[in-house]
Amino acid sequence: MPLDGKKIRNYIFLFMFFLFLMNCASKEEEIYTPIAYNLKVPALFSEKLIGPLIPVNNPLTEEGVTLGKKLFFEKLLSRDNTQSCATCHSPKKAFTDQLQFSLGINNNLGTRNAMPLFNLAWNFSERFSWDGQDFSLENQAFTPITNPIEMDANWQEVTAKLQNHPTYPDLFLRAFGTAKIDSTLVVKAIAQFERTLISANSKFDKYLRDEATLTSAEKNGFTIFMEEEKGDCFHCHGSENNPLWTDNEFHNNGLDRNFTDLGLGAITGDPRDNGKFKTPSIRNLAFTAPYMHDGRFATLEEVIEFYSTGLQPSSTIDPLMKQINRGGVNLSTQEKADLKAFLLTLSDFDFVNSPAFQE
Amino acid sequence: MKKIVSLFLIVILFSSCKDDVECCVNPGGSVTLKFTHNWNGTPITEADFNQLKFTNANGDQLSIEKLRYVITNINLLDTKNRNLVDLGQNTGLSLTIPNQKADLINLKFRFGFKDEDNTDGIYQDLNTVNFNVPNMLGGGYHYMQFDGKFVAANNQEAGFNYHAIRAVNRTDPNNLVFKDTSFEVDLGEIEIINDTTIEIKMNVAEWFKNPNTWNLNELNTVLMPNFDAQILMNENGQSVFSLGEITQ
Ligand code: HEC
Ligand code: HEC
Repeated sequence: MPLDGKKIRNYIFLFMFFLFLMNCASKEEEIYTPIAYNLKVPALFSEKLIGPLIPVNNPLTEEGVTLGKKLFFEKLLSRDNTQSCATCHSPKKAFTDQLQFSLGINNNLGTRNAMPLFNLAWNFSERFSWDGQDFSLENQAFTPITNPIEMDANWQEVTAKLQNHPTYPDLFLRAFGTAKIDSTLVVKAIAQFERTLISANSKFDKYLRDEATLTSAEKNGFTIFMEEEKGDCFHCHGSENNPLWTDNEFHNNGLDRNFTDLGLGAITGDPRDNGKFKTPSIRNLAFTAPYMHDGRFATLEEVIEFYSTGLQPSSTIDPLMKQINRGGVNLSTQEKADLKAFLLTLSDFDFVNSPAFQE
Repeated sequence: MKKIVSLFLIVILFSSCKDDVECCVNPGGSVTLKFTHNWNGTPITEADFNQLKFTNANGDQLSIEKLRYVITNINLLDTKNRNLVDLGQNTGLSLTIPNQKADLINLKFRFGFKDEDNTDGIYQDLNTVNFNVPNMLGGGYHYMQFDGKFVAANNQEAGFNYHAIRAVNRTDPNNLVFKDTSFEVDLGEIEIINDTTIEIKMNVAEWFKNPNTWNLNELNTVLMPNFDAQILMNENGQSVFSLGEITQ
């Protein structure tokens, strides 16, 4: 097939055009390819659990995590620049606010207790919040920012504030290859930071690694936690073989006879889910009082007394809750004290003091 | 132009014949095991959960709120294997085993774990969903968690936790005595010609019926440390599985 001059010129033109295109595409990538973040999975987790869930469309990167951390503490995300995520999720308090109900920017009181944030990448069903209303961490991060009883902002204003900020456009460019800030990238970065919040260094973890010993009260408390005829807590809250210390499932643990808050039932519309809430991890209880979805219990003594004598019957109460007609299994004073001592061994001081998680 | 077209054709040709190479050596196909559940013949799905709609052989009215169990060492796979069936979550209800030869097979599996496979903490998937047995009961894993409510003799609703594990006698806590209460299920001979779906039925009512009529007023919760209850479960379990429909 002989080539004439015109054809050659056409080919050269096409070739140049391609070079040009490839050049444009690779330029940004070359300069701004973010560095993969090396998530340090604790040995106990990799031994006992399936690997953390990192979405393929939002891999962890050094730049993404750094940006996410900055955004997590960023008050510009609220309408009047007074609140950040950390206002209600303070690292020193295992990312809670230690209030019964959280206060929004307009001094609106919510109806739920702020949840602690750790080991979130191991929530394999990806249902977040007490009632499971948010699917995935990325989607969850959208809600507080625009919620009128929380940060009460609108995305247009938030992204404009970040876009006009001296450093954010560059940080987004480094993390995501574009300096054009939008809500999707904001929540992606925050979710990346949240996935790095790992708590696995409590006294009990050290005990499992033969680096600490438990007192006899703590040991006895662990036995009560595991004994089916005593606490029987492990069926929902895990064990040494499930170091998340939660099943990440939804149960009615018997708090109420009638429900003012339907919990999961309000989300699924299924009355069989009424009164069900997500099982919280029992790690870090030393830092997360008050307890339960509505923060009704100020102390662990109250929580344990509830499980021992305060169970309320209802059609959706979990069948694991026993002897409901007597309010529960009626633990002895000694057993209650020991159970509390055990629960506190799961508090991770390294986690709440980790410089990686402070502002 | 012609060259390009023929090149294109060659590429298509090469990429399409890849899968066909072995097509005619081993006829047969994939075998899909489908786990279904019924109450004396009436199908049960998650939609039937949390309703006091079942009556057991003892005449107790009951509901199902959780039903999950582990099947191990299906003999169609040559390595050790396990499958957690969870009716409430609709997971593990179907299991496909590819590339089975055309053959007359004898389908067998085990309900629960044989002692040698029941090592504490070794299965990450089962740890993640809290299927473990506490250490003071010898560790390892549940065979089944079957939870629900029943109407007790005093007419009040109460929970039951029909949890099957390896039986353990704790009379001397420092010297636990075990009995492997997992059991083999033999579904008999099945002819595999091509892609085959085999239904494995569990009649949930059988857990309460045969040979031991189960009285929920006596045996409801705290059955894990109850050696005798575990033996009864093992005996009643022998008749819960049966072969259902086979579709080729
Ligand atoms: C005004 C207080 C407040 C602010 C501000 C706030 N949160 Fe929360 N957060 C809560 C409360 C309360 C809940 C429980 C919500 C519920 O169940 O309805 C919660 C739940 C969560 C959860 C679910 C955790 C789980 O285990 O299911 C995540 C994740 C979370 N918040 C992240 C964030 C992020 C990210 C931000 C900032 C964008 C933020 N929160 C801002 C109060 C707050
Ligand atoms: C049927 C599953 C189940 C069992 C069994 C169970 N829990 Fe819970 N637990 C839950 C759920 C669900 C919640 C949250 C309930 C809510 O807020 O409405 C919870 C909440 C808690 C909390 C509050 C944590 C927080 O951050 O607010 C503690 C502490 C706790 N449980 C300890 C125990 C102990 C100790 C036992 C054994 C005596 C036990 N649980 C047994 C499901 C269970």
